[in-house]
Amino acid sequence: MVCHMENTLNATSHNPNPPGLYIHVPFCRSKCLYCDFYSVASSATIPAWLEAVQREMRLYGENEERSGGSGAKSGVKVEGYAEKHGEKSGENAEILRNFDSFNFDNFDSLYLGGGTPTVLAERDLAALMDSAHKHFTFLPDAEITIEANPDGLSAGKLKTIRDLGINRISLGIQSLSDADLKYLGRTHSSKQALDALDLIRFSGFSNMSVDLIYGLETQTIPGWKKTLDQILEFRPEHLSCYQLTFEPGTPLGKMKAAGKVNSIGEKLESAYFIYTSRYLEREGYLHYEISNFARSFDLKSRHNQKYWTHTPYLGLGPSAHSFHSGSRWWNLKSVRKYCRLLAEGKPPIESSEILTEEQLDLESLYLGLRTSAGVDLNELGGGLRVGNAFAELQRTGLVKISNGRILPTRKGFLVADSLPLMLNV
Amino acid sequence: MRNIRNFSIIAHIDHGKSTLADRLIQHAGLVNERQFRDQILDNMDIERERGITIKSQTVVLSYKSKSGEVFDLNLIDTPGHADFSYEVSRALASCEGVLLLVDASQGVQAQTIANLYAAMEHDLTIIPVINKIDLPSADIEMAKEQIDHDLGLDSDQVVLCSAKEGMGIEDVLEAIVARIPPPEENSEKPLAALIFDAHYDPFRGTIVSCRVFDGKVRPGDLIRLMYNGAVHKVEEVGFFRLFRDPQPELSAGSVGYLIAGIKTVADVRIGDTITMDSNPVESPLPGFKDVKPVVFSSIYPISSDEYPSLVDSLDKYKLNDAALVYQKDSSAALGQGFRCGFLGLLHLEIVQERLEREFDQAIIMTAPSVQYQFTLNDGTGLTVENPQYYPDPILIKSSAEPFIKATIIIPERYMGAVMKLCLERRGSNPRIAYPTTARVEITFDMPLAEVVFDFYDRLKTITQGYGSFDYELIEYRDSDLVKLDILVNGERVDALSIIVHRDRAREWGLQVCDRLKEEIPRHNFKIAIQGAIGGKIISRSTISPFRKDVTAKCYGGDITRKRKLLEKQKKGKKRMKMVGNVEIPQSAFVSVLKARDE
Ligand SMILES: Nc1nc2c(ncn2[C@@H]2O[C@H](COP(=O)(O)OP(=O)(O)O)[C@@H](O)[C@H]2O)c(=O)[nH]1
Ligand code: SF4
Repeated sequence: MVCHMENTLNATSHNPNPPGLYIHVPFCRSKCLYCDFYSVASSATIPAWLEAVQREMRLYGENEERSGGSGAKSGVKVEGYAEKHGEKSGENAEILRNFDSFNFDNFDSLYLGGGTPTVLAERDLAALMDSAHKHFTFLPDAEITIEANPDGLSAGKLKTIRDLGINRISLGIQSLSDADLKYLGRTHSSKQALDALDLIRFSGFSNMSVDLIYGLETQTIPGWKKTLDQILEFRPEHLSCYQLTFEPGTPLGKMKAAGKVNSIGEKLESAYFIYTSRYLEREGYLHYEISNFARSFDLKSRHNQKYWTHTPYLGLGPSAHSFHSGSRWWNLKSVRKYCRLLAEGKPPIESSEILTEEQLDLESLYLGLRTSAGVDLNELGGGLRVGNAFAELQRTGLVKISNGRILPTRKGFLVADSLPLMLNV
Repeated sequence: MRNIRNFSIIAHIDHGKSTLADRLIQHAGLVNERQFRDQILDNMDIERERGITIKSQTVVLSYKSKSGEVFDLNLIDTPGHADFSYEVSRALASCEGVLLLVDASQGVQAQTIANLYAAMEHDLTIIPVINKIDLPSADIEMAKEQIDHDLGLDSDQVVLCSAKEGMGIEDVLEAIVARIPPPEENSEKPLAALIFDAHYDPFRGTIVSCRVFDGKVRPGDLIRLMYNGAVHKVEEVGFFRLFRDPQPELSAGSVGYLIAGIKTVADVRIGDTITMDSNPVESPLPGFKDVKPVVFSSIYPISSDEYPSLVDSLDKYKLNDAALVYQKDSSAALGQGFRCGFLGLLHLEIVQERLEREFDQAIIMTAPSVQYQFTLNDGTGLTVENPQYYPDPILIKSSAEPFIKATIIIPERYMGAVMKLCLERRGSNPRIAYPTTARVEITFDMPLAEVVFDFYDRLKTITQGYGSFDYELIEYRDSDLVKLDILVNGERVDALSIIVHRDRAREWGLQVCDRLKEEIPRHNFKIAIQGAIGGKIISRSTISPFRKDVTAKCYGGDITRKRKLLEKQKKGKKRMKMVGNVEIPQSAFVSVLKARDE
């Protein structure tokens, strides 16, 4: 999908893909060693954060009456945003000026991510959902996801979550081997994880996703298969299987730099990847994105797909990213600063960018090549031309062509980071 | 005339030459505090970064001495590298004296000695100056002793200063006035002026820097350049302050500039003599040499559609660098380009950097070569400086390569290591002398080809910067030369071919293969790199294909980051050259130039 800034600024109402809302809950019981998400291992600032998020919702949603047709809250029009809250100059000023034209239509997804949103007390969760519904409108069949971790889940909390209209749970399990869990710095045991799966199913959630990590030194392929098999007994609707990465700045990243831990090497990593893909496909899952598997076409993560297709999304909370009409902006990565700015009535934006057509094309290309849907050849803009290299890619089996789309093969997925470059764009 | 002094500052690198020059300029009130920016004389970026002076600049300082007299002090800056030793010698030939700068904490160093020799050759008055006396580690006594002992100068004559802190600057200026003799008064003789530098000005053409020895020159005069007999009409003469300051005339003893409608710097020769067309001197000033390039390399645009812009840039660049010569060349791997001749490897690097930085050219340079001579069976002689023209081996009767006399001055403790280096580089006929007690002068006969790569860098490394090196060409000697080709997945990369002595071919081949292995990124297929003489493979390396590079997650914050990375990689890709289906980065061609030894 190619967005031309000029024509799309006010064109979201024609967008067949409704926008998604993301709320970042930056709290965890403790920090996992590999984690590079923004979250803090303390609950002290939860009250301030909650108040701030509600303020942020107001920033985006306050003019709802005006944008609604017949009193109904149909979408969010951020009129007058720049004048009221904006900066006078600087990089963000441009974005803020454009806010008036960012019309976030009725949302069809809400994602409570983190962090660990389930660390919030039931009362806080209720307040959060209440505000979300007050300020934003969701389509009747909206996908509403909450991320959860095995520790601290109870039948009571899960019931509340369901009663709040949350219809999808994404559970971070990572592994069912206690040695792996220890290596990753997770605070729960494999038993707790299995109990949590039981509890979720028992509570009546019929759309569940599980996060897993492979490619650890402590792991073997048979061990990984065992984890998968145990998980598959619960027939999760969705699976995210991530290869472990050593992000700089994380404890694990630093341990790797210091030579205390190691990656398993490219050969084994590929083996795990291919194995996982084959195994899960045989078990009936669609491998629809590098790290994501769904039990059916409809069970793909609706919200996450918005990130990969330039569908508008609004991100609230510290570090959250938003995208609309070729503009992207993101919030400060600090609960303290985030709260302070909102208390002053200012947008908590750290930075922003306005993408050129060429940049949008490049993103469409690389994001598309990370999904089984691939990229529509015709939709690639003028800046991207497919040359001889393309034939070579087909010959080597990295991509195939079907119905005018370039589709990465499983082998192509493995080198998805360089596929866009190999296309000679 | 008594009130003119012509001098240079010479020093080992980092001993404070530029800082002192700036101080003197500032002291002379040529610039006020606000205009004063650091190191005024070294004004090109590259010079500043490398800390060496390439293009010398000259400036006249007005100084009112303690006795109340006003003097014009001509500070003639000198380039600081062996590639430009001829230019240094011409600059020194324009002076009557030098400040020989010694760092108070470092003491006398190799270049101090080499510079001293150069100054003595021109019979100049030498004022030893100890700089950086403000440093806590300054050891003035030690420095004095070395000046006495190693340099054979009178340490009682030493002037102490701190260029950085502005201490002793008056003393330096007084010493210049008192000790350096004024130039001789020969204004009545026929004009003889020495060209020691030339710059290009887009509005005025060539600005010639010259020292008038005899006679005088005025606007309107018809002057003659003795090297080629060209006659030009003088438009303007004057002094260099920080700007050009026109004067009614330049008379014997002065140093200044001359503008005479000369189009490019290549139309004048450094070291040439300017005389009057109507009343010429009989013979030119001594010491003129027509400097010829000794190192050759080809320049190609990374992308062939940039060829026209490279042509244009080279033409413009050439306006200001007479030493560079070039002609058209072409390569199967790299397309159309130029074969260029340079004064040495540093000169080559400077040209490369300036083309890239100032002219924004993305270029690839091929391995430097010297000029080889071949005699064929039928008796024909052939001079080849481009491996492409290496003759068919069965036709070759004999081959020869240029040899130099290499002179190296080092503290005695490095002698073993330096001897070893020279022998590895096919040095022969070593001679050893002891110019001062703790120092050794080693002289070798050596093939020039062995020093054009990284000899000087290696020497500096193994002598921890204490080695000074100089060379002169002596003669061609017979040598068993072969052409070594580099193949990437079976395709010959002609730009990587070199002519090399048979005994050195294998080693070279191995190193190029290793270097390319490091520089060529992995592809999604296997890449074989081979070195070959004729059809015979003598070295090889392999780059294994990559299997996996995908990053696991890509959500909100990852998207921008990943795009930025791709944008960077795309830019990098533009700087790659396709050989067959292998992408070779520019850095690979460059790294090969450095591929010797460790
Ligand atoms: N402490 C001290 N540092 C100095 C003095 N003169 C120069 N320097 C420093 O020495 C370094 C080299 O000086 P520079 O003039 O560039 O040396 P050049 O290579 O001889 O031109 C620079 O960092 C200067 O700041 C001095 O009198 N005292
Ligand atoms: S629970 Fe999730 S967000 Fe929290 S530290 Fe662990 S990986 Fe990071």
